[in-house]
Amino acid sequence: MRNPLADKVVDIKPSGIRKFFDIVSEMKDAISLGVGEPDFDTPWHIRDEGIYSLEKGRTFYTSNAGLKELKVEICRYLKRRMNLTYDPDQETIVTVGGSEAIDIGLRAMVNPGEEVLIPQPSYVSYEPCALLADAKPVIIDLKAENEFRLTAEELLEHITDQTKVLILPFPNNPTGAIMERGDLEAIAKVIIEKDIFVISDEIYAELTYKGERHISIAEIPGMRERTIVINGFSKAYAMTGWRLGYACGPELIIEQMIKIHQFAIMCAPTTSQYAAVAAVRDGDEDVAEMREAYNRRRRYLMHAFRSMGLKCFEPYGAFYVFPCIKEFGMTSEEFATRFLEEEKVAVVPGTAFGGCGEGYLRISYAYSLENLKIAIERLEAFIRRLRKK
Amino acid sequence: MREQILTIIEKNSRIDMSELAVLLGMEEIDIINEIAAMEKEGLICGYHTLIDWDKTGIEKVSALIEVKVTPKRGQGFEHIAERIYKYPEVSAVYLISGSYDLLVTLDGKSLREVSKFVSDKLSPLESVLSTATHFILKKYKDHGTILTKKYEDKRELITP
Repeated sequence: MRNPLADKVVDIKPSGIRKFFDIVSEMKDAISLGVGEPDFDTPWHIRDEGIYSLEKGRTFYTSNAGLKELKVEICRYLKRRMNLTYDPDQETIVTVGGSEAIDIGLRAMVNPGEEVLIPQPSYVSYEPCALLADAKPVIIDLKAENEFRLTAEELLEHITDQTKVLILPFPNNPTGAIMERGDLEAIAKVIIEKDIFVISDEIYAELTYKGERHISIAEIPGMRERTIVINGFSKAYAMTGWRLGYACGPELIIEQMIKIHQFAIMCAPTTSQYAAVAAVRDGDEDVAEMREAYNRRRRYLMHAFRSMGLKCFEPYGAFYVFPCIKEFGMTSEEFATRFLEEEKVAVVPGTAFGGCGEGYLRISYAYSLENLKIAIERLEAFIRRLRKK
Repeated sequence: MREQILTIIEKNSRIDMSELAVLLGMEEIDIINEIAAMEKEGLICGYHTLIDWDKTGIEKVSALIEVKVTPKRGQGFEHIAERIYKYPEVSAVYLISGSYDLLVTLDGKSLREVSKFVSDKLSPLESVLSTATHFILKKYKDHGTILTKKYEDKRELITP
């Protein structure tokens, strides 16, 4: 028999998260700080809208780009919360999670061999999606001394004649880093000058903790026409299982994304779309409440790290902290494995999000304070033992 | 600041002040002062314990009583409300819009004790026109806390 597989798929490395997941699931009564999803339930009024849509028999396909009502509410929301103006008919597509938008965005924009810039540490799907789109991923290693923000110099260094798209993953998973207006203006200059495009993954846009709201790069003058903004319902409204996201951008690009989406997916799940209408229309208060709860936990963890002398830059976004464990002379994976074996707490090694995550851990605070307190006690005990040696 | 403090201590009045300061990113001394001020102003009226009496094995009965009254001239509902809330077995008295006037909640040792209160004390009051007593059979959720089920994390242990 011939090899039934495509080389480019076989060559993609399995995610580092997967490997760690297998170790954790073997371990009984481990507590985990390893998830990338909210601990809150989807607010009831949103679930209710989903249930109601089923009762009403709204069980058919929607139009390919998504329910008109939802697209209108998404655009209103983006105007209200992010100061972004998009046309619901020509510039908006509802996708199966933000992850589909990343995939079809890259496929719509990149020709074989063109380069996609991926700042790391970052979410696990960018590099594989770029490879599947026949692009050449070019990794930009972000640095702790810049609080894991992308600087104009770093960007410039990695741009070649082949560079087509920059993926901009802020607020960032796993570091919790954000990009503020000044940071964005600095890189926007380079982007415009070098005539490249941006896929801005803003799935954590609602979860920032520095006073000012999240700023999208599409808001910076000259950037709207070269940016695809990706967002979704998973993180802000605790709707991960509903699998719903969206992308907004210039019609020229969105039109082609809709083409791929129409053949690969048809349309996003109808029940989820109806529920999502309630989320973006009436959900601002739910989001504010959850944001406040995350912020308390974030402060708690930062305080705990300071008390135990664990180095960690203060992250102002998403629901992760990214402490540095270089002082212990172990790799991230060794540290995480021993911490799991000895204290039964699961955290994710920074290397799961790119090579430059070495020496760091991703700790999620999408857990109750009670849970975090137990985990922190164990971390303290573990570190004390390590330092004694 | 007050709203932030109140939201937390409404759920957990026993929280350590230094911890509260960390959670809110404020100074401990400011929080202590603010709480003292709110106690003084009567904004914070007390600190209670939420008990699931069913689990204690101690017999206890709670009832909601709808009360229709004729308000006294010149005193409105105040006078009759006061007559009712002075009974120690009465745990709450609310003035209600709709088909009756006062909602009285009552904790007693037994059905009989509660019935006796209604027939001997509440109904004979001059302004009380009628009462309807509803016994609480089970508390599923009280003061925003679910009593019947423990939170269970249904998420996968590790996700990207």
